[in-house]
Amino acid sequence: MKGNWFSRKQLAIPYIMFLILFVVLPLIVVLYYAFTDGDGNVSFENFLHFFQNGKTVGTLVYSVIIALITTVVCLLIAYPVAYILAKGSFCGKHAFLMLFVLPMWINFTLRITAMKEILTVIEGNLAYYQFFNTILCMVYDFLPFMILPLYNTLTKLDKSLIEAAHDLGADKVQVFFKVVLPLSVPGIISGVTMVFLPSMTNYVVLDMIYNSTYIMGSLIGSYFSAYDWHNGSVISIILLAMIFVVTMISNRFTDGDDASAERARRL
Amino acid sequence: MKKIMQSACIWLVLLFLYAPILILVVYSFTDSTMIGTIKGFSLQNYVTLFTTPELIQMIVGTFVLAIGVGVISTLLGTAGAIGAFYSKKQVRGAVDLANQIPVINADVVTGFSICILMIAIFKVDKSTFVPLVIGQVSLCTPFVYLSVLPRLKQMDHQLYEAALDLGCTPAKALFKVIIPQIIPGIVSGFMTALTLSLDDYFISTYTKPATFDTISTYVVNATKGAQTEIKTALWALSTLIFVLVTAVVFISNIKVKNGASDEKI
Repeated sequence: MKGNWFSRKQLAIPYIMFLILFVVLPLIVVLYYAFTDGDGNVSFENFLHFFQNGKTVGTLVYSVIIALITTVVCLLIAYPVAYILAKGSFCGKHAFLMLFVLPMWINFTLRITAMKEILTVIEGNLAYYQFFNTILCMVYDFLPFMILPLYNTLTKLDKSLIEAAHDLGADKVQVFFKVVLPLSVPGIISGVTMVFLPSMTNYVVLDMIYNSTYIMGSLIGSYFSAYDWHNGSVISIILLAMIFVVTMISNRFTDGDDASAERARRL
Repeated sequence: MKKIMQSACIWLVLLFLYAPILILVVYSFTDSTMIGTIKGFSLQNYVTLFTTPELIQMIVGTFVLAIGVGVISTLLGTAGAIGAFYSKKQVRGAVDLANQIPVINADVVTGFSICILMIAIFKVDKSTFVPLVIGQVSLCTPFVYLSVLPRLKQMDHQLYEAALDLGCTPAKALFKVIIPQIIPGIVSGFMTALTLSLDDYFISTYTKPATFDTISTYVVNATKGAQTEIKTALWALSTLIFVLVTAVVFISNIKVKNGASDEKI
């Protein structure tokens, strides 16, 4: 019997090798470059360089602001939609959900191209409302990723709790703020994770509408094309640290890897 | 009144999501070069799309790459999930943890780190497809792993042992007993890998050979002042992809309704 079990375990060997070589090792390489100077000596020079430079710090702040606003706008639009869909009793509910989720599977560069064309027609020149256009395109890109986790949480909501609150004399507003909203926190958190982190690094949306970008993702790109791997690695480490913190916070509120499971369940 | 408000909300958001795509769909069938100026009906964009060698290469290349990456990721991820599932707790925990890295990591960081690994440590030639395929596989495989694992947990484990007791070899039992039970997870993992690869921009842009373009990298370059012909041909491409995605979603949902799978979405 022992021999047979052993053969099934062996199936993991290729993937374990792959993970070590192409997932763990790249991170070690990035760590190495971030904490060394050109001669290979350990140094924090690269980090000082990042945090003392007004332009790079400004980029960091700007990316966080863009990501925050995008996330809040997505949440404000997605919550009512998810709520109506989850609560509603109209027929074809599932078909409607599919309509909201379907854009996730269309190549995002093509969708942003479409949005850019429309905005150009409406506004004449995209230069007038740069910040508004940026947020609009980001929201357009990420909205489906917010709707899906919210919907999943809201449909699983225990209806008897809402009825109990009503029976105990709560009005509709109270029921929403005291029962529905607190219970949907896991969905909110996993939606926020799925929108906030990518929108901090998705420089392509900006790149496509304005040909130039000032968010964290594009900094890596500019250092990379200048063969400056040390500073590029610093940006990666800073992004990794932020991702780590956000994921830790979100894991506290959801049962473990909800957000990633959400992303995995895309189809 | 409440009903009207609710459906207005739903339809407004749908309008926001679909208006840009649908307008492009309409305009892809005209000979206008700018949105807003309606001219006559024309299939010229589709002709350009299918007769310009550069565009055909890019589209075929993207799909061949996606299928290749999808197959490799599915094999690697499925075998990895089965292996890890039956391994010791510590091994399983380590694989689970490492598997999460590409899932939560920013794609830019994944692409950048794999690229400098390839160039600085392995000295791989960037004009080959090796870095590109490895980069995309490292993004996609974790999702295959994550969609196969729950199926393994739900599986009836006594069937495998029964097969062995009845004289089946472990390899045969794997293919006749385990694989058939987890096949829905494998299929949805493959589909996820496919869509991730088709949608990927960040990893491709760091790891692709300079002469090769995927749809994403091509479109991003094309928006920065390409010729009008190419621009409007890309409207046709958007239309075709929109139709394809809608069809796939529609068909897979009919299957779900018929009870072929109990999976959500």
